[in-house]
Amino acid sequence: MSHNQSVKEFHPRVHNAIANPQIRANFRKAMDGLMDKRQQAFPSDDELERTRELAAAIRLRALAKLPELLEKLEANLTAQGIKVHWAEDGDEACKIILDICQQKKAKSVIKGKSMVSEEMELNHYLEKHGIEALESDLGEYIVQLAEETPSHIIMPAIHKNTDQISDLMHEKTGTKKSRDVEYLTAEARQQLRERFEKADIGVSGVNFAVAETGTLCLVENEGNGRLTTTVPPVHIAVTGIEKVVENLEDVAPLLSILTRSATGQHITTYFNMISSPRKEGELDGPEEVHLVLVDSGRSNIYQDDELLDTLRCIRCGACMNHCPVYTRIGGHAYGHTYPGPIGSILMPHLVGMDDAKDLPSASSLCGACGEVCPVKIPIPKLLVRLREESVAGNSDHANSVVKGRGVKRNRVESLVWKGWAKMHKHGGLYRTGTGLATVFRGLVPSNLGAWTNCRTAPKLAASTLHQQVKARQQEKAAQDKNQGEPS
Amino acid sequence: MSARDAILNRLRHRRDGALTAPVSDFSVVTEKQWSPAEKRDLFQQKIESVHGEVHRVRHDNWLEKLKHLLAEKQVKNLLTPQKAQVGLDVRAELSESDIALLAYDQPIEGWKAELFSHVDAAITDVRSAIAETGTLVLWPDADQPRLMSLVPPIHFAILDADQLKNTFHEVITSERWGATEKGGEGMPTNALLISGPSKTADIEQTLAYGVHGPKELIVLIRE
Repeated sequence: MSHNQSVKEFHPRVHNAIANPQIRANFRKAMDGLMDKRQQAFPSDDELERTRELAAAIRLRALAKLPELLEKLEANLTAQGIKVHWAEDGDEACKIILDICQQKKAKSVIKGKSMVSEEMELNHYLEKHGIEALESDLGEYIVQLAEETPSHIIMPAIHKNTDQISDLMHEKTGTKKSRDVEYLTAEARQQLRERFEKADIGVSGVNFAVAETGTLCLVENEGNGRLTTTVPPVHIAVTGIEKVVENLEDVAPLLSILTRSATGQHITTYFNMISSPRKEGELDGPEEVHLVLVDSGRSNIYQDDELLDTLRCIRCGACMNHCPVYTRIGGHAYGHTYPGPIGSILMPHLVGMDDAKDLPSASSLCGACGEVCPVKIPIPKLLVRLREESVAGNSDHANSVVKGRGVKRNRVESLVWKGWAKMHKHGGLYRTGTGLATVFRGLVPSNLGAWTNCRTAPKLAASTLHQQVKARQQEKAAQDKNQGEPS
Repeated sequence: MSARDAILNRLRHRRDGALTAPVSDFSVVTEKQWSPAEKRDLFQQKIESVHGEVHRVRHDNWLEKLKHLLAEKQVKNLLTPQKAQVGLDVRAELSESDIALLAYDQPIEGWKAELFSHVDAAITDVRSAIAETGTLVLWPDADQPRLMSLVPPIHFAILDADQLKNTFHEVITSERWGATEKGGEGMPTNALLISGPSKTADIEQTLAYGVHGPKELIVLIRE
């Protein structure tokens, strides 16, 4: 993928981000605010826990019935006049959307926020084929003006402060330089309204696709999603195959926990539920609606009981808001579409472990992500699983569905761990080994690679714990013997 | 094999075997219930917390209040339904006033530029409302199309206090929004939940209103 920089650059990117006080400050401020707001949105621990249980159960039920629900969704949408397309990967999905654009002789596409379209790099693809794709979510618009990618899945421009955005809008669109957010927002409204009027096609994502009624649900605050799905004559929705839920009533608790977990809002301004194109007699809405269902590795994740939990995600971003690593390095340092903890367990499947091998290790395993996840994805456990996969040999996870499994395997390291395991299984070997280690402790080098970059090398004790205990026992026995004799 | 069949095939022949669906306990949602007065207060508190403007009125004085608000907001023209009772009442009341009453009487393609640039405000009724989240529920139709509640800078919504439900879940189940095969009504082209005016916090987490939709949402609760 073109904008996903080489993995080799992961560490330098992290170093650059950490050395950049502006990035550190922007993320710290934003994440502190978001954590605070989330906490206020859940005043009752009991209600939070029970809603999490319910949300997790709803998502699991949807996954348990995934193939039949997808077919039901397709059948209902088709009967209601929405055309359903299936794509194995991002490239196929881009091609499907381009075909629709070309059939409609579309010149300009206006977009509502969609992380799946980021994942498949739709904007670049369309532009390569002479079709202008304009982001209309304010954050996405800013990121597009800056020719960057989103640094957060909910707040794409969170890495920039007001001054930086003011300078950017001044340079690219000719607005006045101003710290007045109302002014900047009003200017963006004006610029985008003109584009909404003229756009040939609207492209949006989907938050929940309801199989029971054939309904596409979109969550948003700005209204650009509603404009995107109402004003242009054609609407194309694009989403991952895991976004389906069974019943309409399932949507209520999911929506509630999504918005509260994401930004601490009790609900977003708009919840937009679309079930058909414009019907006869109706005066607005698109004449044509399409849904593109994208797999891109999701059906592989689906094969594995443990990895399956990854697909429960409702994309709230709470895991990144609470991640000490994300807060310090920001979203771009990860170098992939989805940053933070969810990105680290998702990207290895979407792009292969070869390209995402550093992500599962980009975590301190503090557990915050798992604790706040609204659908109770055991993210730390999955990070450890993917670390195992990244160094797996032929016999470990032999049936694995992880592409690029074993990419980080190092022969020396695996031999060391094999020896370690053998030693711990055999008492004699353990005692001999640790005994030898204390004898030769002076030979332990002070430079142990990355470990000693910011730590001093550990010093081995002069005698092993076993030796010390033995010595104490002998001493005690001798004392007891002495006490037992008459003086 | 088509992409569709290949994907469904992989999902059906799962390596680790078929999955069992867990039971979903909705009690955490269904136990949320308030008295009519509590619902009204909660609705008002929640929608005001996101910059919505609420006025409590009576059935016999709401038009007076509306006229007052229109004057205060310097509304020169008002997009008004032609069939809904709210629209008929407003039309009767304001026919003599100097506020121009506009009608959404043709497909959007015919008057997009005018709607986008020259309409000051729109008024709609609502289907129901949600106390827990301070939310209006709209099912737009030919008389009150989708863009009415979105494009003009001010949206007036008329809500009757007895339309208030406890939760979104109650709206879906009690109004039988579900599939027709299960006895539901089926879904309209577009169903909307609206909770406050359009807003964004995309510039350094600072709230700004009216980014794409209305800058002001004014709710008259008729009791």
